[in-house]
Amino acid sequence: MRREKEHHTSSTLALESMLRKAPSEQHYVLRLYVTGTTCRSAQAIETIRSLCEDYLAGHYELKVVDIYQEPAAARAEQIIVAPTLVKSQPLPARRLTGDLSDREKILAGLDLANESHENEQ
Amino acid sequence: MAKAKHSLPVLKKAPTGIDGFDQITNGGVPQGRPTLVCGSAGCGKSLFAAEFLIRGATEYGERGVLMTFEETADDICKNVASLGFDVDRLIAEKKLIIDYVKIDRNDIEENGEYDLEGLFIRLGYAIQSIGAKRVVLDTLETLFSGLSNQAVLRSELRRLFYWLKEKGMTTVITGERGEGQLTRQGLEEYVSDCVILLDHRVIGQISTRRLRVVKYRGTTHGTNEYPFLIDEEGISVLPITATSLDYEVSNERVSSGVEGFDDLLGGEGYFRGSTVLLTGTSGTGKSSVAAQLARATCARGERCMYFSFEESPAQIQRNMRSIGVDLAPYVKKGTLEFHSTRPTVFGLEMHLVRMHKLIEKFQPTVVIIDPVSNMQNAGTLEESTNMLLRLVDYLRKNNILGFMVSLTGGGKALEVTDEGLSSIVDTWLLLRDVESNGERDRLLYILKSRGMAHSNQVREFLITSRGIRLSEAYLGAEGVLTGSARINQEARDAERLRTASEELERKKLAHEHRRRATEAQIEALRAELAAEEEALLRAVESERTRLEQISIDREAMSRSRGLAGKSTAPKSRR
Repeated sequence: MRREKEHHTSSTLALESMLRKAPSEQHYVLRLYVTGTTCRSAQAIETIRSLCEDYLAGHYELKVVDIYQEPAAARAEQIIVAPTLVKSQPLPARRLTGDLSDREKILAGLDLANESHENEQ
Repeated sequence: MAKAKHSLPVLKKAPTGIDGFDQITNGGVPQGRPTLVCGSAGCGKSLFAAEFLIRGATEYGERGVLMTFEETADDICKNVASLGFDVDRLIAEKKLIIDYVKIDRNDIEENGEYDLEGLFIRLGYAIQSIGAKRVVLDTLETLFSGLSNQAVLRSELRRLFYWLKEKGMTTVITGERGEGQLTRQGLEEYVSDCVILLDHRVIGQISTRRLRVVKYRGTTHGTNEYPFLIDEEGISVLPITATSLDYEVSNERVSSGVEGFDDLLGGEGYFRGSTVLLTGTSGTGKSSVAAQLARATCARGERCMYFSFEESPAQIQRNMRSIGVDLAPYVKKGTLEFHSTRPTVFGLEMHLVRMHKLIEKFQPTVVIIDPVSNMQNAGTLEESTNMLLRLVDYLRKNNILGFMVSLTGGGKALEVTDEGLSSIVDTWLLLRDVESNGERDRLLYILKSRGMAHSNQVREFLITSRGIRLSEAYLGAEGVLTGSARINQEARDAERLRTASEELERKKLAHEHRRRATEAQIEALRAELAAEEEALLRAVESERTRLEQISIDREAMSRSRGLAGKSTAPKSRR
């Protein structure tokens, strides 16, 4: 009961901090799992790099993992589809699969949609 | 012909180790190829797949990878632990890898084109890390709910199966049964080598599991639906209907255990390995005959298995003790085994499988089933007939004497069995009641007994405190009499005999009397005669004495006159 309460308060705090901070201030931890140098991999890497630079410059961490070289990572991270982009922070965790060809959808997926809208204005 | 066969490339098979399955497929699943196991929820497909892997690792030295999409590795360990498989140890020994693939639609957002390379890599990595030969994918259909691009998914699956084939993996894929097709997502179109359908039907509140090999490319296989069961030893499939009628027969005879009954069966009893059916209305003593057989079998030092579907072992033993048949020593000794279950506890197939397993383990020479008639409670009549047929086949094949007791319902024709068993059995005995003189008497008939001279006579069947006894029914001018009528008639006959002999005795006695009387008369006459003779003799004597006296007197007179010496002449003159 008590634990539940604690859990409840902690998640409330997290929510509050989430609301307080603008996306641009939050620290992003991203991992992109690709399979070697296929053109899908290349396109996904290209897209996410430029997107991060445009929107999250300075407060993001992007790691590209080649699961051919690290097959154990695929198991540990529950990867079955390639390429897969995993956002572990900020919460909630999200997964985007595919070659990331739709930029708008990435922004929505990373909760950066409003940001882009503001920027355009 | 045989040579030509050898030179052809024969499809290699990987044994699954699943009891009975390898028999119906002549060796197992195709080696190095994928096999689809499909069926509705709860039909046992995941277990089939898991057992295939575990038995492969433990019995055939082929390591395996279990890629699960639905249950976590922990869940699977727990599930199969109840079947006696220690998965944790296999994992520790690097004989098995369980990889749980989690697909959560909620946290996946699709963006652009993708492939399932991740899955390939994971699988490839797992296979490589332990040198696996077997793979299980349970169940791939989860992918369809997790990923929306069907076109990609389908082409990737095709590639996956090709890839697995290329790697020479013996693969088992499970799939959920779909409407109008074998699997919901049409997985069967990717797996063309072997498709196995598992079914779980409930008829009359009793469920039965069945297995069918829908397709098996390049090999012969049994095409029937085979019942299977899941018990503490995993899956067992029953390949019973695959048996052909080519079993060996025995000329050896075994005693029926009922005093005087063997005489009716050509003097020696039943054939070993034959099937005996005993039918009768209730209370005719069917179980007693069965118990006597059990005792006789055990007394010979053989094993007997008694399947009861109505009474508990303790009940049977108590009841049989009351007629002087004590089975307890044999139970204690371990040569007699009772198995009592209600027919409705599980389906017929399950009964059959269970009986098979028990018989296999116990190796009896006599199996008693008491009664077969209520087996239809556990299914339909047709099914129970089928089941019993298969059981009979099995028993004959193993040279086991099958003794089946069947209850004939009241008012039904006696010489008909519901189960239609009459044509299969070798010996058919009928017990029936005859009502007369206010009592019911039991009669035993031998309706048929193949391959032996058997009596056509009806016997009266008596249950006494010292077992069953057969008594010849009274055959006389008044027809067949039984029970007290027979006893009366016999008494009357005896009486008649007795009166006749008494009459004779009396005559004899009378004659004796007469003889004695006559003899007495003779004796009396003889005595009279003797008396007369005596009197006569006495008279003669006294005359002689008188005459002597006279002469003495005369002599004395003459002496006194002085005329001694002249006395003789005048004496004679007088």
